[in-house]
Amino acid sequence: MKDEKLFIFHPSSFIFLVSIMAVKITTTNVSKFFPSRGRVVTAVKNFNLQVQEGEFVCIVGPSGCGKSTFLRILGGLTPVSSGEVQLVPSQSGAPLQSIVFQEYAIFPWKTVTDNVAFGLEMRGVAPKERRAIASDWLKKVGLTKFADCYPHQLSGGMKQRVSIARAFANDPEILLMDEPLGALDAQTRAVLQEELIRLWEASRKTVVYITHSIEESVFLGDRVILMTAHPGTFKSEFAIPFARPRAFELTGTPEFSRLTYAIWKELQGEVKRAMEQQQ
Amino acid sequence: MKLDLETRDRLLSIGFPILLLLLWELIVRIGWLDERFFSAPSTVLVALWTMTAKGELLGQLWLLPEAIAKNGWDGAIKILSEGHLWVSLFRIFGGFFLGAIPGIVLGVVMGMNRTVRVALDPVVSAVYVLPKIAILPLVMLIFGIGETSKIVVVGISSFFLVLINTTVGVRDIEPIFFEAAKNYGANRWQTFWHVIIPGALPVIFAGLRLSLGTALIVIIAAEFVAAQYGLGYLIWFSWQTLLTEKMFAGLVVIMILGALFTGGLQFIEHKLMPWQREERPATAEAKSV
Repeated sequence: MKDEKLFIFHPSSFIFLVSIMAVKITTTNVSKFFPSRGRVVTAVKNFNLQVQEGEFVCIVGPSGCGKSTFLRILGGLTPVSSGEVQLVPSQSGAPLQSIVFQEYAIFPWKTVTDNVAFGLEMRGVAPKERRAIASDWLKKVGLTKFADCYPHQLSGGMKQRVSIARAFANDPEILLMDEPLGALDAQTRAVLQEELIRLWEASRKTVVYITHSIEESVFLGDRVILMTAHPGTFKSEFAIPFARPRAFELTGTPEFSRLTYAIWKELQGEVKRAMEQQQ
Repeated sequence: MKLDLETRDRLLSIGFPILLLLLWELIVRIGWLDERFFSAPSTVLVALWTMTAKGELLGQLWLLPEAIAKNGWDGAIKILSEGHLWVSLFRIFGGFFLGAIPGIVLGVVMGMNRTVRVALDPVVSAVYVLPKIAILPLVMLIFGIGETSKIVVVGISSFFLVLINTTVGVRDIEPIFFEAAKNYGANRWQTFWHVIIPGALPVIFAGLRLSLGTALIVIIAAEFVAAQYGLGYLIWFSWQTLLTEKMFAGLVVIMILGALFTGGLQFIEHKLMPWQREERPATAEAKSV
């Protein structure tokens, strides 16, 4: 029951929000506690976030800071312990949010096509239509040749392409990405970052993107939000001024380096604190 | 001439057993082994043939068309029920399905539901360790000495093996698959068909393979003591009357059955779980030879 409460939307606040701007996600003082060996561990503490419609927001924090937990809360997989989460739907019929998971969460027992069409199948889209949509997305991520393969026949990069295509094919209003490229090697990662930014710039969906890579967040995001070390809470935020469409050349510019360095200086202390905590 | 490794392996795996059989034949022929206790392979082969021809093993199949014309299904069943092989097969598969289907259903429930699992686990573990043939007398007290009790005993042994494997299989599914299913809007029924069943299927099949093997053991043992037909009865009766070649013939039939069961299940597994097929070449094994 607690899960569902997340998505209950209060009409009064809707009018209030729309009157200012098209706010898509609002979290107010969100906290998450876990019982652990007789103690209560705070994973996320009083986290406030507002995301506009069509905005690409990256959340960066040291490992173990609770950023993944926060995303799971947004995705309705974990209930909040206190605070409030609002995801504002604007069209009926489309799913509100879909997650691109950290690890390879595509189903090993389904073909690439069936994986990409999974969300559509669950929503009762007819087989012919969902296969057409899936094959369209497979074309966009360059996996047409592998449509009938099973995941174990794919490389890590290809698997994560399937995972990304599954989310886009589901056509949600909000995409929640939990370090989708975190497990990949640096080169594959660079290629997928470019693909991702291309896909997103064509659709302009609202995105919350969790990563521990500052470069990645500056390259992809409109706004970068920094989280403190455990217990994770809002630290500061940076607006990313670079024009779109963006290409990988951006990462070679002095402006890019200056900004990533500025963010690193801000985050450095938290990362050290996180490392001390883990000892 | 140098054979490639695969051809050599194949020749060796076929050739060596044949060599052993020839050796056995030879030792019996020259009288080093007592013919009365160890029938020569050729004698066993002849026994197999005569038993088939007389209708002992498969029933009097040549009477089938006439019997069907006269009495329909009942006629056919009557003829087949005089063949030891069919009788045992009927008991094995009857019991196998009787046990496996509820085993899968309850296993999924135990895998998914903590309350049910915690409550049933001690009971299941306790009954599981009991050799199932030991409860044959109890089952016969309840179901009488007819077919039912044999099928029930096989069913009970299959049930527990499949139940335990299914529970483990369901529990071992990565939580992330359930989360992905939930996030993409799967309801309970869809989660069952798209995550639980395919996710647990490899382990469920391991349970089915085990339980089919156990079914064979249990039914032979049951037929030793409580039957007038069946392969177990054939072996037991042949021993008592010192018809050793028929005893060996029974053993051969059981070996063939066991091999067919394993092969058949592997075939079904292959068809049912195409994602499990290994596309990688088995180089590691070849190197170690």
